[in-house]
Amino acid sequence: MRAALAIAVWAITFCGKASGNSLYVGPNEVYRTIASAVSASVAGDTVYVAGGTYREQRLKIDKALTLIGKNFPVIDGENKYENVSVLADHVVFTGFAVCNSGVSSMNDIAGLKIYDRANVLIEGNRFENCFFGIYAQKCTDCIIRNNTLVARKIQEQQSGNGIHCWKCDNMQIIANSVTGQRDGIYFEFVTHSVIWRNISSRNLRYGLHFMFSNSDTYAANIFEHNGAGVSVMFSNHVTMLHNYFRDNQGDAAYGILLKEISDSYIDGNYFVGNTSGILVEGASRVSMFRNSFRSNGWAIKVQASCQEIELKGNNFMGNTYDVGTNGSLVLNTFDGNYWDKYEGYDLNKDKVGDVPYHPVSLFGMITEKYPVAMMLFHSLTAALIDKTERVLPSITPELLKDNHPLMKPLKL
Amino acid sequence: MLKVVKYILTDILRNKVVIGYALLLLLVSLSVFSLEDNSQKGMLSLLNITLFIVPLVCIVFSTIYLYNSAEFIELLVSQPVRRSSIWLGIWFGLAIALSLAFVAGAGLPLLLLRHDASAVLLFFIGIILSLVFVSVAMVSAVISRDKARGIGMSVLLWLYFALVFDGIVLFFLFQFADYPLEKAMMVLSSFNPIDLARILVLLQMDVSALMGYTGAIFKDFFGTALGIGVSFVVLVAWVVLPLWYSVKRFEHKDL
Amino acid sequence: MIEVHDIEKSFGKLRVLNKVSFSAQKGQCVALIGPNGCGKTTLLKSVLGMVVPDAGSIRVNGTEISGEWAYRSGIGYMPQIGHYPEQMKIGQVIDMICDIRQSTERADEDLIGAFRLKELYHKRMGTLSGGTLQKVSASIAFLKNPGILILDEPTAGLDPVSAEILCDKILAEQGRGKLVIITSHVLSELDDLVSHVAYMQDGDLLFYKTLDALKESTGTRKLSKAVAAIMTNKVSC
Repeated sequence: MRAALAIAVWAITFCGKASGNSLYVGPNEVYRTIASAVSASVAGDTVYVAGGTYREQRLKIDKALTLIGKNFPVIDGENKYENVSVLADHVVFTGFAVCNSGVSSMNDIAGLKIYDRANVLIEGNRFENCFFGIYAQKCTDCIIRNNTLVARKIQEQQSGNGIHCWKCDNMQIIANSVTGQRDGIYFEFVTHSVIWRNISSRNLRYGLHFMFSNSDTYAANIFEHNGAGVSVMFSNHVTMLHNYFRDNQGDAAYGILLKEISDSYIDGNYFVGNTSGILVEGASRVSMFRNSFRSNGWAIKVQASCQEIELKGNNFMGNTYDVGTNGSLVLNTFDGNYWDKYEGYDLNKDKVGDVPYHPVSLFGMITEKYPVAMMLFHSLTAALIDKTERVLPSITPELLKDNHPLMKPLKL
Repeated sequence: MLKVVKYILTDILRNKVVIGYALLLLLVSLSVFSLEDNSQKGMLSLLNITLFIVPLVCIVFSTIYLYNSAEFIELLVSQPVRRSSIWLGIWFGLAIALSLAFVAGAGLPLLLLRHDASAVLLFFIGIILSLVFVSVAMVSAVISRDKARGIGMSVLLWLYFALVFDGIVLFFLFQFADYPLEKAMMVLSSFNPIDLARILVLLQMDVSALMGYTGAIFKDFFGTALGIGVSFVVLVAWVVLPLWYSVKRFEHKDL
Repeated sequence: MIEVHDIEKSFGKLRVLNKVSFSAQKGQCVALIGPNGCGKTTLLKSVLGMVVPDAGSIRVNGTEISGEWAYRSGIGYMPQIGHYPEQMKIGQVIDMICDIRQSTERADEDLIGAFRLKELYHKRMGTLSGGTLQKVSASIAFLKNPGILILDEPTAGLDPVSAEILCDKILAEQGRGKLVIITSHVLSELDDLVSHVAYMQDGDLLFYKTLDALKESTGTRKLSKAVAAIMTNKVSC
């Protein structure tokens, strides 16, 4: 709370607004509702809200105010209203519990919505049982930090996204935790933004849904147990560093689904226990270095529509299948990775295997095409099919191979 | 019948092949668990080995034993003993001895080194598979009078269950890929005890989640108590039906 | 004690028994003779339930035997060639038979004594000579004092002394009112033993009458001669 205050003070001084008065809201204060305090204030004032439940219908913040909740005052949307609408620049909103927003798929009702604004700080709030959580449209230079979002909807239609950004620029999404929403974090037409140290888990659809958003970075986030993992589509110049993609399981669940991505960089991520670690479709010039793929159904599926995907220095361990593909054309590079299924040898002791490794499993490809073939998973027949194919590639692409497979796993 | 069981059992338990089989399983299961850094992977290897070795050893050993016991059977048949008692007695002797060998070689290490549902399941699956393939061996031994033919038939049957059946399944699948086959596959799997056993154990392990859509469908059925119950009934049918058929044949066999 | 009625049996296309009927009572000693492959052994095995006839009925001590097994406790059987588990010892085989037959009768160990088998009890069945095997088979057949004795070529392979011992034993048991059925090629030794003669050929029972009647009808004094006369003349009897 003290940090929040400091930031508020910083924001106000930085913005160079008037020194500002303090207004107090609470059951025993001058102002019984937040709205009344807001309408009585002028830009640059600070509104302190004491604990309690406030039914504000739709609270509109239309001045550059700092709102500070103490003991998480509840702003209850009564399952009807958009709890908070931010309609001014330089708003600071911190320390509230925003609960029970209305549900409408017509106009995307959110717990807190920022309309065409800049320099808004949303920090340290709790969002419970909201349709959309925090919704930023056409915003720039906003910070959304340290918020907790929890929804308990069962069906996708009744649920909106946790942190939703649309046509924004220069956003910072930092250290939030999102659970049970439709998509944990949603980016559409968002540029030059960073998503850092968030935890997005058990959301109904994607942990992170990312479209038409160029030149963004996401780093050190954890995405786990999401219905469909993470989806990054139609974007370029995306940097993904040191994220954890864990236990995203299901027929259409991926650690990351990369679709139509170009000039991007994926480094130092962990993919653990996903149905598919990465599915790459129609991507070009994507570098994947130093990632660790462990215990996934498929570590990575590279469709034939990709080119210049470069996989170097990654660890592949304990995956059911390492690499899957759907065609024979190979325009991608696999080099210098560690594969635990590699059975080659290293005569000159340079820690690099002397024979290339073919990471594509034929039985894997069969199950790709005929999912029911999974019935024969781990059967003798499946093992024989794979062994024969490894020795004499006839159906799987012969060129898809790692010419310098490492003998020991990298320390990642 | 108990007396027949007693004579058969004392004879088999001294048999070097059975002791060797138990030791082999022990060696395999210990090395699998100590070599693999990850016990999930060890479990998978042990599953594969169990599904490979147990049926093979049980069916071939039982068939050979039955032919080698021809004199014993002939001696007993002229004595006041029910024919079905002789045949069932031999089945019990073989079944108990081979199950004991499995328990000693793979079952106990499994239960001691891993404590989860899949280990318990594999323990019982191993025993049931032993019983199934003793029963199947009794069929091939009762059908064919000639030892070489009978053993050949057993090996072919094993090959059928271990490999050929799956090949047919694949072929079937390629031919009818345009139709929804999940249900058909579940029914089909009950025609092969090895497949059924494998699916049951796999679905108890974490890897099942990685099997995608079909895995989910299988899990919806085989993963539930009802599914496991039905599968066990099917497996027990695989023990009882061949045995019952062989008893009927044996009761009318001329010696 | 034994009533066989119209039994038939084929092995594949080969017809082995062709509507054979006969009956034998206690106190009789029946010689079942005929050329090789005429169906003698099959007939005996049918009575024992080891071969299941295609048609007809067999009663032993009044019980229809099809599907039955308990009646076999009343029959002692000595096979033509004994097959025993090779790794079992003589003693174990005899103990096992005692164990399985479970009758209240005291074990009849006369033959075991006479053949001095006890000294060989530790020997494995697989190592025995044909003669010793026959001795074991004979001992087992008489072991539990059954009312019916079925002996298939009992003296084949036995040395003269042992054959004599066995013949004496058969006579003694017949004297106690038992039914004995013997097949043998050595007709000369049957002369003193048998009361009735049944003659089979190609699956048919050609005749079945008392030894005296047979001798009378053929005008011979020896069984062997009588049979020879029948085989050469094909006399209708």
